[in-house]
Amino acid sequence: MTHDHDHDHDHDHDHDHHHDHGHGHSHPHPTREDDDVELTYGEAKFIALRAMLIEKGVITGDEVRRRLEINDAATPHQGARMVARAWVDPEYKKRMLVDGKKAAIELGIQVTEAEVMAIENTPEVHNLVVCTLCSCYPRSLLGEPPAWYVSKAYRSRAVREPRTVLKEFGLAFPDEVEVRVHDSNADLRYVILPLRPAGTEGMSEDELAALVSRDCLVGAALPGPVPAA
Amino acid sequence: MRTDQGATYAAGERVRIKDLGKPGHVRTPLYVREKVGVVDAYIGQFENPEERAYGRIGRERIPLYRVRLKQRDLWPDYEGPERDTLVLEIYDHWLERA
Repeated sequence: MTHDHDHDHDHDHDHDHHHDHGHGHSHPHPTREDDDVELTYGEAKFIALRAMLIEKGVITGDEVRRRLEINDAATPHQGARMVARAWVDPEYKKRMLVDGKKAAIELGIQVTEAEVMAIENTPEVHNLVVCTLCSCYPRSLLGEPPAWYVSKAYRSRAVREPRTVLKEFGLAFPDEVEVRVHDSNADLRYVILPLRPAGTEGMSEDELAALVSRDCLVGAALPGPVPAA
Repeated sequence: MRTDQGATYAAGERVRIKDLGKPGHVRTPLYVREKVGVVDAYIGQFENPEERAYGRIGRERIPLYRVRLKQRDLWPDYEGPERDTLVLEIYDHWLERA
């Protein structure tokens, strides 16, 4: 694509805005092209900053578009593909548990995180991920986090009463199973490798990946349901 | 593969998470300060986010560990069984041997 519509649009937009300011008129905030709603302060700042960086030649509109394409390719299906591969290929699973980022790259996933750690659920330990300080999340593998993950309620309760939180997600574990919470508070990003459900022995890798929802990859759900044979 | 090069604490060592009372972009949550756990793993060397957050990029790297704590040590009235744990990442200067 040689013509970057968004770039041109924002560029013009910014100039109009600047011009108005120069005349000291009071005027409405710039609005989205297709959505007649006022921009937030953050959105307006973002558009202005992007336009300035492009105008100064620090970045190009094409680079912005490429990065947005990487963001758009990031969905929970990427993490699910890793899980399915690990279920069918014990050697891949070993590599994934040693270095989650390398294992993701091996499947052609563009990883923007510095480090990814895969954590394996076992019959003895169930793992749950939370970021109490903000909303750290392995976006390359799971896309944007759900609203509940970034809510203050989840962030505070997942570390304080994880079993109650898990019950609200429909998961109950006996006392013999350790519930281990991982606070994603610093440099690592976590993805959970769930246990492979029973009755999936004959399933293909793609069919297995379809059993792995986003919440499974955070530890808030278990894979399934397994279709009747 | 990660190596233990540059680690002050080894996996399995008992450590106390300090309360440095430091303002700013610190990554040690309040709920684990002054709590004792064990080093789960040494993760490697990372730039200090307490510096990076203020534009001081590319400075020295410091050791980072995953520290595992018992939920009952974090919350005296914890709801679940004794075996439940929490793991989080703590930088070297927030730790001391316990």
